[in-house]
Amino acid sequence: MLLSASFANAKEEEKKQTLQEEITEYVYHHVQDSHDFSLFSTKDKKTGEKIYYGFPLPVILVDEGLKFFMSSKLDHGKKVVESSGKYYKLYHGKIYETNQEGKMSYDEKGEVTNLKPLDLSITKSVFSILLVSMLMFMLFTSLAKSYKENNQIAKGVGRFFEPIVILIRDEIAIPSIGENNYKKYMSFLLTLFFFIWFLNLLGLSPLGVNVTGNIAVTFGLALITFLITNLTANKTYWKHIFWMPGVPVWLKPLLAPIELLGVFIKPFSLMIRLYANILAGHIVLYSLIGLIFIFKNLVGSSLSLVLVFFISIIEVLVALLQAYIFTLLSALYFGFAVQEDDH
Amino acid sequence: MEIPKIIGAGLAIIGVGIGIGGIGRGAMEAIGRQPDASNTILVAAIVLAALVEGIAFAALFAVN
Repeated sequence: MLLSASFANAKEEEKKQTLQEEITEYVYHHVQDSHDFSLFSTKDKKTGEKIYYGFPLPVILVDEGLKFFMSSKLDHGKKVVESSGKYYKLYHGKIYETNQEGKMSYDEKGEVTNLKPLDLSITKSVFSILLVSMLMFMLFTSLAKSYKENNQIAKGVGRFFEPIVILIRDEIAIPSIGENNYKKYMSFLLTLFFFIWFLNLLGLSPLGVNVTGNIAVTFGLALITFLITNLTANKTYWKHIFWMPGVPVWLKPLLAPIELLGVFIKPFSLMIRLYANILAGHIVLYSLIGLIFIFKNLVGSSLSLVLVFFISIIEVLVALLQAYIFTLLSALYFGFAVQEDDH
Repeated sequence: MEIPKIIGAGLAIIGVGIGIGGIGRGAMEAIGRQPDASNTILVAAIVLAALVEGIAFAALFAVN
């Protein structure tokens, strides 16, 4: 009797472990980029295989010429795709070169040693970025036109966006960059703000894309800020880095390497901040949703549902806040770059 | 070796929590004293909070 009870307990424990593992896998699958746009998946009751609902995206590979096929051919890693004499297989979200049977080879540490072709696919993130860019282009060009037609007065959705544009100009650009120079940075700052904001909000939608929580995307954004800062910088900026005025001469060579390091740390922190905030938000939300399935009773599950609701609301705030902070800090860095010598 | 790492990250995050709390308190007190300057104070406070927050993320990445 006792034995059977403990056996049942152990079995339950085992089942719980697999559920937790499944949730962990699900969360990690969600935060990573993928080659297809799957909205949700179910399990086939008989075979236990996953069935995905969504649509495929094009795969573009550079491997002795351009290879092009739809990701539905890969069938979530189950099938091997043949393209002009070479075979490809999807393995843990990455495309590897393989043979006809789809054999994967591993080294002693268990890492895959198959060759990886240069992957320029339109992945989920790339697709979302293109979508948001197109949306922004259409929205803001039509807004600009509506001003011309309507005697310079905002109408329709412009009434919502005008205060935000004014806020970025009056609260971010002018105080941090200065009256004289702010105009040439405005277009970038506005693009940056709306791009990050829209992508963050898209990430919170049930589409389940995680674009700004991808370090490659935030690296790209931070790289543009870095290039603009350093390419538009004036003499004063470089003088403050390599030969800091106003400090004793013996201190100047000591300060130069620190200041030079700061040039790289600033965009690096921008990159990490946005990436980590959004990624952490997504993981917390998904883990709390996973708790519903772990509790499996009314009190625990409804509690975690309420928690998910509140965290979602906080994430909407974070989406705006992170876009604001990225824009504000970029503007501050531009401000350092064009500062006039006033002492 | 796994446990000390996690504890260290937790300590770092507690420190960040105290730091951001301090910034918030300072900002609120400053607004209380000078309600007219609330815009400037809030912007500065958000920037500082964002900078301190970076340390929490650094700690989280060190664990991974």
